[in-house]
Amino acid sequence: MKPKVAIIDLNMGNLFSIKQACAHVGLETFITSDAQEIKMADAVILPGVGAFGNAMEHLKEKDLIKTIHEVIAQGKPFFGICLGMQMLMSESEEFGRHKGLDIIPGRVIRFPSRGAKENVIKVPQVGWNQVYLADQFKLNPERSCWSDLANGEYMYFVHSYYVIPQNSNVVALETVYEDVKYCSGLVKNNIFATQFHPEKSADKGIKIYQNWAKLVEKSLIKSILLR
Amino acid sequence: MADGQSFKQIMKNIRIIPRLDIKGPNLVKGIHLEGLRVLGKPEQYAKYYYETGADELIYMDIVASLYGRNSLLNIIEKTAREIFIPLTVGGGLRTIADINNVLRAGADKVAINTAAIRNPAFIKEAANRFGSSTILISIEAIKQSDGLYYAFTDNGREYTGKEVVAWAKEAASFGAGEILLTCVDNEGAGFGYDSNLVRQVSEAVNIPVIACGGAGKPEDLAKVIGEGKADAVCLSSMLHYDYIEHHKVEGDFSAEGNIEFLKSREIFKKIKSTDLKTIKTFLFDAGICCRHELSANLMRAI
Repeated sequence: MKPKVAIIDLNMGNLFSIKQACAHVGLETFITSDAQEIKMADAVILPGVGAFGNAMEHLKEKDLIKTIHEVIAQGKPFFGICLGMQMLMSESEEFGRHKGLDIIPGRVIRFPSRGAKENVIKVPQVGWNQVYLADQFKLNPERSCWSDLANGEYMYFVHSYYVIPQNSNVVALETVYEDVKYCSGLVKNNIFATQFHPEKSADKGIKIYQNWAKLVEKSLIKSILLR
Repeated sequence: MADGQSFKQIMKNIRIIPRLDIKGPNLVKGIHLEGLRVLGKPEQYAKYYYETGADELIYMDIVASLYGRNSLLNIIEKTAREIFIPLTVGGGLRTIADINNVLRAGADKVAINTAAIRNPAFIKEAANRFGSSTILISIEAIKQSDGLYYAFTDNGREYTGKEVVAWAKEAASFGAGEILLTCVDNEGAGFGYDSNLVRQVSEAVNIPVIACGGAGKPEDLAKVIGEGKADAVCLSSMLHYDYIEHHKVEGDFSAEGNIEFLKSREIFKKIKSTDLKTIKTFLFDAGICCRHELSANLMRAI
């Protein structure tokens, strides 16, 4: 039995590569913004590029906020990517203040435009940067989909904002951009989220999809056994 | 790496981006964006660049804005199926619907020139809809007799009257995510980038600037990163020639325009064919960081 993964369509940006990355590791996906279809899925991906406020607005319009809370509460593997990670937080300061999904307490803030030595920091951060496994996850890298990946692997980032979770024990991956050390990946129960785009991070990024696919398969087997 | 300056330089990873100019179904290359010669199928070159360490790819449909054609979707889709690095697509994208179409086909970012020059508010509209980081502003710069650089459209043919540095600032203020800066006088010529121009623009805006046009040898890249303060570097001929040296170009291109190059295989002497791995190793030795095993090891050690 093959798990079916819903990719939530916020009607912005490229979902094709996420679909292709999933296909590459044997995950069957469908792109949808329909609440019923999302509830039927075995696992859910929340991608996102663009503005925080717009994306939350879109979730509201499609009545998906409750749906996302539900699938997460059911324990289904949930993967947030980039804006999809940021939206899990309580609120963002992007273009004013916006409420997020409030699933992981914390804030989303912008990179400063100047560093400690008055150096100009170019925002957005666009490009490859190294990702380090947080100490607290070093003993079980599979929980943060980091199995078979080296500490300090390069991943592809495009973002102006980053998350500060209230509770630091969800911080699974860390990255340094200019003067800022920030959380580039988080794990909480069945939630896994990355600030970078694994589907844009060449073979190492595909490895992350492969590792996540393993979690999805495990979860599906567990849910069948419990039925 | 004791002093702060070189440490900083190491911290920031410079992106090396092959640029593939596309005409219809083919990869082409010109000099100063003119005199296009057919080189083969873009998706085959793209795959080779992906496998040898390209950080991103740019596809530029360089006749689309002249003939209003946009036959890229098919190539984008083929590419996005097997290539998992960011893909920027430019050329003839005039409307929100045009942008949406290429993103849906598998592009991650778009490069806009003419539509932004005609109506800078279009940048804002596109950035609001797709996110700033999706919208690159492509500037084709040519130095005029007054010593200033001006932005052109249609492969450097149409004068717009916009001074490049002011235009870059304006584009950034409207929400552009990056500037793709092509120096038309240097493009395809192989005598190096225009570091002076790149530096002017890079220091004027707080968004990344991609330098494009002129790479003939690895030293040219190091120079535009060091002196020009480029955040990313675009190159074509050096890599295309390397591909051709190592591959048999398949297919019949006899009906597809200027194929003199494919027949003769005579490469332009100013340009040293080099692969991406060699370039990245050279840059590392010059103290410049990019996605490369040597850089990774060094950073782990710090």
